Amino acid sequence: MNAIVSSPFASAVPDVIDRLVGIEPGSHLDRIRAHREQARTHAQQSYLALFAPTPPVFGNFEIADRFAVAAFVAGLHGHADVARFYADALVAQGARAGVADAIAIEVQRGAAQGPYGRYPAGPLSVEDASGPSYAVSDARRAVLGERLSAALAHAHLLVFHPRDASAAALQSLLDAGWTSTEIVTLSQLVAFLAFQIRVVAGLRALAQRPVTLVD
Amino acid sequence: MSAESVLSHPGNIHPNAFTQAQLEWLPWLEPLPEAELTERHFEGLVDASRAKSPYFRLLARDPDILGARTRTDKDIFYNPEAGLPRTERELSAAAASRYNGCIYCASVHARFASHFSQRTEDVQRLLDDGAKADLGERWNAIVEASVALSATPSVFGAEHVAQLRAQGLDDLAIADVVHGAAFFNWANRLMLSLGEPQQPAGD
Repeated sequence: MNAIVSSPFASAVPDVIDRLVGIEPGSHLDRIRAHREQARTHAQQSYLALFAPTPPVFGNFEIADRFAVAAFVAGLHGHADVARFYADALVAQGARAGVADAIAIEVQRGAAQGPYGRYPAGPLSVEDASGPSYAVSDARRAVLGERLSAALAHAHLLVFHPRDASAAALQSLLDAGWTSTEIVTLSQLVAFLAFQIRVVAGLRALAQRPVTLVD
Repeated sequence: MSAESVLSHPGNIHPNAFTQAQLEWLPWLEPLPEAELTERHFEGLVDASRAKSPYFRLLARDPDILGARTRTDKDIFYNPEAGLPRTERELSAAAASRYNGCIYCASVHARFASHFSQRTEDVQRLLDDGAKADLGERWNAIVEASVALSATPSVFGAEHVAQLRAQGLDDLAIADVVHGAAFFNWANRLMLSLGEPQQPAGD
């Protein structure tokens, strides 16, 4: 049995993708999603595993910090409603003073268009594309701390130029106090949001079109 | 604090082109040793055979998100009920991976796309030329939609839905394109950032 599914908290949390797309029970998109019920269920379970993990939790990546990274990542993806959902969640989680404002400013500073980055030297080098290398500003670093600031820098790399990723980037996280296990959770969180936000964007575009019923 | 450090692979031959050949993958962080895997880890791995893979044993450090991710993955790509044919779900995965620059992910899903379609040369053109490759109208529409969705911020919109409809995709099939490409925006970021691909010796 899956321990997460049986958690009482889990059933109390509305499906995030349905909520952000605006899918009503019985609607056309509700029926479309019902054809892939496992994907729908486990996309939500993924959200819960990251943001409401079942104890004992592996590593010490605090929930407030998870929502701080999520608010940053969602902001960088440029979909206003999704960004607001995670920004509101950060505030609702009781973020430390100044963190939500600092994240909002860093979202503005981090704005870019991806994917860019470099390939291993060779025939693909002609496709190398330059883009910004991001780090939290000194003023906000004082608010967010070294550990969270390092996470935001890594999140920016994953969001916009994942092909620039390197062992050195992971060493920077280790040096800032992240453990290997916490880095795995951080990486999953950023990468999951890259998925969830695109499912929302895709289903919204589908919802805007006049429908030819298929079922 | 722990004394953890990253793993390095100085002798590795890093592939520098997209390929349909079988590649290996080397982790930059220590995977869990097989002997330390508990029932909760195996629940996250879903298939016990994945305990042999360094990639999955690394992700097993957080088993619940791995388990939910794997179950999402399997339904998006393997659920045989209606919607987009498996070949074209793999095409959406390969197109997203090519666009994001994940040589390892692209190799796996290009192979699947070739296997199911028998259009190995078309798949190779996608790998060689990227999204501008001309693969015929239907595949072009799927590739363009997958690439548009993979841009950050995403630029997928009503025009991509209209193009897919014009190629005969119903709404479930279009939702499959969306999920296939979106899922690889998850997978690419893990594969690219937690380790490096390896060209097997002799290739």
